[in-house]
Formats: sequence, structure tokens, C-alpha cells
Amino acid sequence: MLILTCPYCGIQCDETELAPGGEAHLTRHGPGSTDEDFETYLFDRANPMGVHFERWRHANGCGKWFLAARCTVTLEVFGTYKAQTTEPPAEIVAAIKARRPEWEAGR
Amino acid sequence: MSDAVTALGAMEFSGPAVQVKEAPLRGMITVRGDLSGSAFAGAVRAATGCDMPQPREIVHGGDASVGWMSPDELLLLVPHDSTAAVVADLSRDLAGVHHLAVDVSDARAVLCVEGTGAREVLARLCPADLSPAALGPGELRRTRLAQIPAAFWIDPAGGITLVCFRSVARYTFDVVSDAANAAPVEFLPG
Amino acid sequence: MSIRLEQGGRLIDRNAPLDFTFDTKHFGGFAGDTLASALLANGQTVVNRSYKYHRPRGIMASGPEEPNALVGLGQGARFEPDQRATTTELFDGLAAMSQNAWPSLGFDMMAVNQWFSSMMPAGFYYKTFIWPRPFWKHVYEPIIRDAAASGLPPKEADADRYEHFYAFVDLLIVGGGIAGLQAALTAGQTGARVLLIEQTAHWGGRAPVDGAEIDGKLADVWISETLAVLAAMENVSLRSRCMGAGVYDHGYALGYERLTDHAPQVAGPRHRLWRIRAKQIVTATGAIERPLSFAGNDVPGVMLASAVRDYVVNFGVAPGHRTVVVTNNDDAYRTALALIDAGLEVPVVIDARDRNDGPLAREVMRRGVQVELGAAVMKVKGSKRVEGVMLCRANGTGGAGALVECDSVAMSGGWSPVVHLYSHCGGKLLWSEDHAHFYPDPSRPPLGADGLGFVRCAGIAAGAMGTRSVLADATAAALAAASAAGHTGAATPPVADDAEETPMTPVWIMPQQALPELRAKMFLDFQNDVKVSDVQLAAQEGFESVEHAKRYTTLGMANDQGKLSNINGLAILADSRGEKIPQVGTTTFRPPYQPISFGSIAGEARGEIFQPLRRTPMHDWHETQGAYWEPVGHWRRPYCYPKQGESHDAAVAREVLATRNSLGLLDASTLGKIVVKGPDAGRFLDMLYTNMMSTLKAGKCRYGLMCSENGFLSDDGVVARIDEETFLCHTTSGGADRIHGWMEDWLQCEWWDWKVYVANVTEQWGQIAVVGPNARKLLEKLGGLDVSKAALPFMGWVEGELAGVPVRVYRISFSGELSYEIAVSAGQAMALWSKLLVAGWEFGITPYGTEALHIMRAEKGFIMIGDETDGTVIPQDLGLGWAISKKKDDYLGKRAQQRSHMTDPNRWKLVGLETLDGSVLPDGAYAVGEGYNANGQRNTIGRVTSTYHSPTLGRGIAMGLVHHGPDRMGEVIRFAKVDGALIDARIVSPVFHDPDGEKQDV
Repeated sequence: MLILTCPYCGIQCDETELAPGGEAHLTRHGPGSTDEDFETYLFDRANPMGVHFERWRHANGCGKWFLAARCTVTLEVFGTYKAQTTEPPAEIVAAIKARRPEWEAGR
Repeated sequence: MSDAVTALGAMEFSGPAVQVKEAPLRGMITVRGDLSGSAFAGAVRAATGCDMPQPREIVHGGDASVGWMSPDELLLLVPHDSTAAVVADLSRDLAGVHHLAVDVSDARAVLCVEGTGAREVLARLCPADLSPAALGPGELRRTRLAQIPAAFWIDPAGGITLVCFRSVARYTFDVVSDAANAAPVEFLPG
Repeated sequence: MSIRLEQGGRLIDRNAPLDFTFDTKHFGGFAGDTLASALLANGQTVVNRSYKYHRPRGIMASGPEEPNALVGLGQGARFEPDQRATTTELFDGLAAMSQNAWPSLGFDMMAVNQWFSSMMPAGFYYKTFIWPRPFWKHVYEPIIRDAAASGLPPKEADADRYEHFYAFVDLLIVGGGIAGLQAALTAGQTGARVLLIEQTAHWGGRAPVDGAEIDGKLADVWISETLAVLAAMENVSLRSRCMGAGVYDHGYALGYERLTDHAPQVAGPRHRLWRIRAKQIVTATGAIERPLSFAGNDVPGVMLASAVRDYVVNFGVAPGHRTVVVTNNDDAYRTALALIDAGLEVPVVIDARDRNDGPLAREVMRRGVQVELGAAVMKVKGSKRVEGVMLCRANGTGGAGALVECDSVAMSGGWSPVVHLYSHCGGKLLWSEDHAHFYPDPSRPPLGADGLGFVRCAGIAAGAMGTRSVLADATAAALAAASAAGHTGAATPPVADDAEETPMTPVWIMPQQALPELRAKMFLDFQNDVKVSDVQLAAQEGFESVEHAKRYTTLGMANDQGKLSNINGLAILADSRGEKIPQVGTTTFRPPYQPISFGSIAGEARGEIFQPLRRTPMHDWHETQGAYWEPVGHWRRPYCYPKQGESHDAAVAREVLATRNSLGLLDASTLGKIVVKGPDAGRFLDMLYTNMMSTLKAGKCRYGLMCSENGFLSDDGVVARIDEETFLCHTTSGGADRIHGWMEDWLQCEWWDWKVYVANVTEQWGQIAVVGPNARKLLEKLGGLDVSKAALPFMGWVEGELAGVPVRVYRISFSGELSYEIAVSAGQAMALWSKLLVAGWEFGITPYGTEALHIMRAEKGFIMIGDETDGTVIPQDLGLGWAISKKKDDYLGKRAQQRSHMTDPNRWKLVGLETLDGSVLPDGAYAVGEGYNANGQRNTIGRVTSTYHSPTLGRGIAMGLVHHGPDRMGEVIRFAKVDGALIDARIVSPVFHDPDGEKQDV
């Protein structure tokens, strides 16, 4: 039963207020993309032991989608941030580095 | 519009420390847009007499209230018979500004939960901190209530106003009444 | 034999006698008794039969660790099996039944199992009942289940109510012993919001029984003074009868409060499940005494030494007249003293240690009790009752022991901190060589959202032994936890003395070199009948991992979760492997700490409010008409409206024919309605729908399809363009919330720069479909809007009034008939519905349900999401190519539909199916093809997706997906019924009725 803070309304959400949305920062590939790119977009998902970026919707709340950087092993939350970004913002990366110096951005 | 009815026909329940009843018809308008825009604050003030709420705030003024629902959404509460006029005013004042204003009066039901145990009734159903320190008057809290989404706030008079979707009005009334049909937990102050 | 003493019992009120029954026999007890103390007071030494061997078993403990004394409580709708007598408070009229014995506790037929126990070692069932395989399910399993069953399941629905309660605190403190009280006091003084919960009805834990003194006062005095201080603190809440059931991620914890179990006459919920979010958790859960493993340690009358002391001091109950104490530590000497103080005999204290000249031993000897050092119990004499013990040397093989007559044995193998809650969420443990127990490793606690620890233990739970250490540890833990929760303060622990104790010596079997015959009578897990020899056998057979050995032997798998057995079992396993205990490790501690009721988990979600039921504005009317309901998502929709004595099939047929021939009325309010508005609304809908929506003219409607990015059809519906910037999208009844969320997802997370706002207005509108050749006449009769073909053509919409009610009317048809869908604000929908019914009387207006709706759409070959689609079907499979824009560069699902499998000509495609004999094809039936697949099954070439009896055509009609279907018109293929019979059906067009669409466009 996680607690994630919604970056839009500031509520520390009980997990039951949220709906999960899978991995964050996927790049959409549409018509014209290669089979490999499209397959990656549709099916290839990270499943790390450690730092992970994921999508959550504050479904029983303000309704906004947000992103979370979280450790899948310890469940430590490094930060949550708004969904209107294609990559983790610098402060989130810094927060992760502070706690997991060995971690490298990118898959 | 005179023969419009609420979902529950003013249904009521009295528990040991809490009364639950359906509120009369209320005009409700969902407004979406860039809340920081100056046009917005002006249009909302003109329509309701209320200032723009801060995040998670509900502002009361006269016979209207304006609640912050999300960074780009407000809930306007107005007298039921003025709903269409308020929507029209908003549309006029916001002409040329990207927005959405839609009457949702009939899409929702409003319950009043009153009595010393009101906070504890909702604390039986919602994963939200209902202590006065965490939820004071003026905050609009959206959360889960049992198995549905709901929104509520502490009224200036001390009761709790609870808003849910119309189709689950009866479910909401029933779960809230069920929670109210018990002695106080005596964990939260009345 | 156990008896009630003439005096004593700090928890009972001898002026308040109570009556209760055990196996229908009446007994007396006192207020304050537990069921266990009351049974002992009445000499009821045998309370159960064991799970596997059906050995007679008595009460062994005084708390939640009790393995044996499980009973069925209550009757009828309030019957509950497997309730612990030791944690059941006595009340007047309590009715308990023994379990696992037939025909009676005293004479149990299945007790023959114990004579064959040597033939039923660990893994017996696995080894014996493997072959022949079909026998497992039909012969072996039912017999074994019958034989091994403990409590019987209740037969009636639970009559009680339950509730949840969400609490947010700075500190949750679990355990109301002196450690918990001191922690609450300390934390409370920092201003932190504190919740202190205690599983029993009493505060103070064991300290008063153990004779502790705090601040120069008797423990009982200190406890009541501290409680008074705590009760006056507004920031501290106290809850007794509330067990810490589990600790979960990010400071979430469950408290299980038993509100009326002890007072069934009190109204209100029976249990309250506290769903607690705590910034910090302190577990002051104490310790549990370990049994010793000697032959016959399960004979009724053998008890934990601490339990013997509890019964004497707390309840004025003597487990026996002559009690032998056997121990490896000093604490059991307190039991000897308590027994002597109560005027009972202690013939001998058997101490496995070679030396003990500590003050407790000296005091016991001073009272004239013989202390045998370096000694052991070789075996217990007696079967249904202890008759004596055979004494032997602790380091020997047993041999011939000397008999000591007694009727009760108090044993102590040392104390294990209750680390369960600390471990639930990942806290790690350390092994103490001094005390031979696991205790929490404060450097590896469970981690919270911030990556820092959020649980710490206090007192004996942390491994602090002795009153002074406990109070000091609790003070420090509370200060640290409060500080971590943002509240700082200072406190000095109360003054107390730790009695000087001689160090304990681990003793895992008794005597050390016991022969196999003795080891096969040493029980580790009393509830599951696991013996020392079983664990040794498991290790021999290669089940060396502790988790494997547990499952192979069932050690610790009973509903006491191994509270008494785990450490002793681990030690045996470690010894068998020649390793040290910490290398073997423990099994996983899982919540709940003790079983909690299903009712408390369900909370309010029972009966009528089991789940949300969504009602349309016309719901009550449908109900009064006797509608037969069909669940559609959480909605209830009328399936049909059967008249008195009418079958559902007949009602459906009547509704279809009435609609086709004259006039039908449908409550379509459940249809999803989503407003999409903004300069980019057209562009957005072009991405969401497979067809072009941006070209739709205001005032017009268009049917559209939505696909997932996988290309699969996910929803469909009619889109109406309201004005240049505004569209209203209709979704399926079950799809409104999902599609609304889908739209928000794309707008928030992918195209956040597009100027589009959406709002789900599904419930703002009641929607009424007026359908049939007389539909226009009815609306004209109501008056208002011009609904002529010229003013409102097919696939158009207008806004206005009907019978004075503001409406929006869509000329769309899902039945193939002349049809108007009228949207009316929900608050006026019932009023309009009534007006339509009254005005429609002359046309024989007939409300119809979902089944008539389905049949009429199937007669027209319209697909239904969820029937023709199942998450693997693309629009192209359904002949819906016409609804897929060729002009658009992109839409959601387009790229996927270009993948090779999606363009494969061998995909099954939609056709109509007509049985040759006119019968109705079974739903989901497969069409069989030539040959067999690799599994020896017939190859399939198609399947039925929708199938009905068509009242219009008077025969069975169906739709299905068939290999090369559209190219095989007229061909007859065979479908298999469940019973294996085959049924022939001809492939036809899926449009069975009015193929040219003349009726809907009039």
C-alpha cells in the first residue's frame, strides 16, 4: 500500500486512490515506424530490480496522470512529477543519484 | 425545469451521532481551462461572486461556491434555476479563450452529513485524514469513498457536504448511512 | 486435575459468575475469565484432538500462541470455527464446541491414527497417495480432508456487521504492556499524535504477573497511574482488544479491534479493522515462551511455565495440584514460586543447566523445592492427562528414568521476541547467542517511502530483557520514533530493577542424545502434529531449505503460524544440517499476526452494498415493473420486462415484435457520453477513432470505432458534432469511464499541447430510445420539436423541447427501425419517460430490455463490443473496413493493423450463420475443420460470437468469425455442441433483416 504524492494537487495519495499505468517515458511509434521500433513501443517493458519510472493516475482524486520514480526493491520513492515531460526532470535524477549513486539514467 | 428531481428525493437517515440527508437541487457546472488566465478569474467572479480558489480550496460567497477540482478544472455551485444562465454568461465572458463549461447538476448527487460523528463516518469509508488538523473548512477533498470516487468539504456551519455521481447516489447514501449507524469511534474530535 | 483456587485471580470478579457451555455441557466461570481459564477451572483438561493423529490435547498457553485449544464458537449465523479459547473472553451464555473429534472428545474414532503414527512420517501423504492419479481427487483427497479437518465451516451467512476505520497518526504503538505504555507516555509528551493498541482487554502485559516493581510501586499501580496520564492526553488514543495484525508498505498497518466478541448483546459492528497510516511504528509486542522438546510434551497438563503462572495469578486457576517445572532458564522459577505462593505443590524443578546459584533458584530451594540440575524430562507418563514425568540426565540418551508423580508440567525453553510485525514488511533479524532467540536488527528495519526505517521495536520485542532494560529501551525507541515523525522531546525512564538471572542454555531436545523412540514423541508443532523426527527426516530427504522443510513437514503452517514451533524446528533443522541457526534462517513472517475475521476484511461491503450499483433515472420504475435485471458493469439494466406468468424468452419475443411492428421504448441512459471541446477537438477525435470525425458537420452524427494501440477494437459509438469546437462522443455502457480515462491519458501524457478539454457527462443525461414504425407519430403527439424526415433526417440531431421538456434528439438506430434517441437531463428523464408511456398507449408502446436490444441489433448485423470483440479482434475482421479512414496518416491502432498477422488473409472474419434446422447455435461454439492439431483435438475454423432466436424471422440466427468466411457464402459448416453433437449451419450475410436499411431511414 504505497503512498505517492500527486504533483498536481499535493495529496499524499493512498494507493487505493490511484490507478497504475505501467512504465513511463515510452516513445510512441506510429505508422511509418519500423517493426522493431513499434514492437519496442508496444511490448518491451523494463522490469528492473531498482530504480523504475512509472505512470499513475490520481483516479479517485484530481484525475491527473503523474509519474513516479521508485525503487522496486525497497519501494523508496525518489520523487513524483508531472506527466508533461519526455524524460525524468533534473531534480528527480538528482534525487535518485543522491540515494543510488551507482544508478545511470537510460535503460 | 420545475419538475426536475434529485436522485433520491431528499432521502434521510439518522444514526446515533450523525444525520445523513440528500441536499435539494443544486446547480453545478464543470469549468475547464487555464485557471491562471486573467480572463478566467474575471469570468468566474462575474458568474459567482467568488474569488478563484487555490489548489484544493473551495470558496464560498453569497449563494454560490467555487471549488478547485484539478489544475484545470473548477466546480461551480450555483442556485439550480440559474445554472443555464451562468453557463451562458461564462461562455460569453470566455469567448475566444479555450475552455469548457458544462452543466453537470444532474450528473451528481449531494449529501449532507451532519452531527458530531460526521468526520468519523467518512473516516470509516475514505483513505483520507479527516482530522481537523488535516482537513479544515475551506478544503475540497477528492478521494475514494468505499468503492467510488467522491468529493467533500467541511461546511462553514460544521457539517460535511459530499458530492458523488448520480448513478451511485443510492449506494453512497447506503454506505454513508451504514457507517453512520454505529457509535462514535472516539478517535477524531466531533 | 486443574481447579479454581479459593483465592487470587487479579483479573476475575468472583462476584460476577457466568454460565457457559462446552460441548453442550454447562459450566460456570467468572467475569474476567478467558474461555481457557474457565475450562481449566472446571477441570476440562482435554479440549481438542490433534490434527493428524487425533491425540488428546489440552490448553498449553495463555495467549495468542495457543496451538491446541481451538473451538467452534456461537451458533447458526454467528458460528465461527477455530477460535482460540485463550483469547476468547468469557461471557454469560457463551457456547463453545470442541473440534476434530468424533463422536466425542473423550472417545475419538480417528485416534487410531496415533497408533500408526510411525507409519505416517513427514511427507506421508505425498508419498502414499500419488498413485493411481485419478484416485487423488475422488478418493484420497476427500477422505484425508475429512480426517484432517479442524473446524467446520459456517453454513449460514454471517449475521454480524463490521466496519473499517482509516486513522492517520504520527506514531502507532503496538502492544500495551509496560513497554508500550512507557513508549506512548514518552511519545505523547513530545506532542506527537499517538495511537496505542493492545490485543487483550488488559493493559500492562506480563509485568504484574512477573511481580515487577516500577518507580518503587507494584506494576499494577504504575500501570493504572500511567493509563490515567495517557487518557488525559488529547494527542494519545488508547485501544484495548485491538491487535496489530500486520505492517505493510509505507507505514500502513492494520489493527483488528474486537468490539463485541466479549459482549454480544451490545449493538453495533462486531469488529473494526483499523487501516492505519503511521509515520512511525513502534512494536512493543513482548515475547513468547518456547516449549521444550521432550517425549510426551503434548500430553494434556503440559503447559508453558508462563501460562501456568498466568492462570494462577490472573485467574486463580491451578493447572494441577502437583506441578513439575522443567526449564533451561531462570524465568520458570517464578512459576515455581507462584505455585508455592498459591499453596500448590512443586515436587521438583528440572533445570537442564549444570549450575544455577542465582537468587531465583536459591529462593525456590529456600521454599523447600528440590532443584535437579543437569536434568531432563525423559518422557511424560499419561495419555489424556499427565500422570508423572520420568527424570533423566540432560546430556544422556534417556535410558531408565526415575518417576516423579505429578498432574501438571510447566515447561520453559526460553523466550522469543515477537518480531512478526517488524518482519512483515522486510525488517531483518539477528540471532542472540545469549538468549537463543532472533531479535530485530535495528540497522535493517522496514523502509518507508523516504527510504528510511519506519518500524522500531521496544522492550522485550527488541530483545531487551528485564524490567529496567525494557523501560529504558521503550523510552529510547519512543523518542527516536517521535523525532523521526517530527516531534522532539526528552524523557527519563522510570526506575526499576532487573533481577539477577543465571544465563539460559539453549536446549533443543531433551535429553540431548534422545533415542529415536523418544524423538518420535517430541512434538514441535502441536497443531499440525510435527515432531522432532519429522524435521530430521525432512533434512535427511534433502529438504534442507527452511522454506522447503516447512512445507514438507507442515511445521508452522497451522493457524498459529508456528508461534511456538518455529524456533525449535529451526534448531532441529540446523542441527540436522550441521549448521548454526542463523545460517538456516527463519521462514517468512506474514500478516496477519493472528487470524482475523473475513467480515472485518470486507468491512461495509456486504449485502446490498457489496459493490456500487449504478442506477439510471428510470431504475425505480423498472423495478416496479418487475424487470429482470442484467448487470452491465456496475449498472443494472432491464434484460426484459416479463408479465405475470410470462417466461423471459416469451417476454423478449413480445418486446422485439412490438418494437418492430409498432413502438418500443428503451432506457439507454447507461450509454457513455463524453463532451470533447476545443480548437483541436476534431484532430484529437481523428486520432482516437479509426474513421474521420473532423469532417463531420455540426448537427450530424457519425458511427465510429476506437482501437487500442494494439489495433484491437475497444469501443464503438455515435459521435455528434455540437458545434465547430464541440463533439459529443457516445461510448458503450461499460466503456464510459474507461474511454474517458483513455482520452485524458492521451491528452495529458502525449498530446499535452493540443487544445482540447473533455468532460464525462454520462450521468447528466437520461437517454430514451423511441423505436419502431410509430416512433415519429408518438413524438409528434407529444408536441414541440419538428421530427419530420426533412427537419431531422437519419443521422442528424436537433435540440428543442418535447412535451415542454428540454431535450436533444438524435436520429440514430441500433435496431434498424425508425428510431429517436432522446437525451434529457437526468432530473427530468423519468418525467419524460412517463409522458412517452402515456402518449404511446394508443400505439401499444412496449418498454424493452437489453435482450430485445441485442436481438434487434443482431438481426441487423450490428456488432456488439464484448460479443463480436474479445480483445483479439480488429475492425477489419468484422467487415468494418468502411469505418476505417484511408485518408488519415495516423490513428490509434493504425500502425498495429499494418503488422503481418493483422493483414493475414487467414484471419477469421465475420459472417452470418443460419442453422439448417432453424435451431439456435450454442454461444461460443466452434466450427470444426479437417484433421487434428498437435494435441489431438479437432482443428477449428470458426466460432460463434452472437446467437439468438429471432422472433422477427422465427428461427435461430447467429454471427460468427469464420476462416475465409465472407468468401464462403452459402457453404455449410459444422459447429460442435458441448455434448459433442454437431450442428450444421450455412454461412450467410450477417444482415438478416431489412438489408437495404429502408426501415430506419423513413
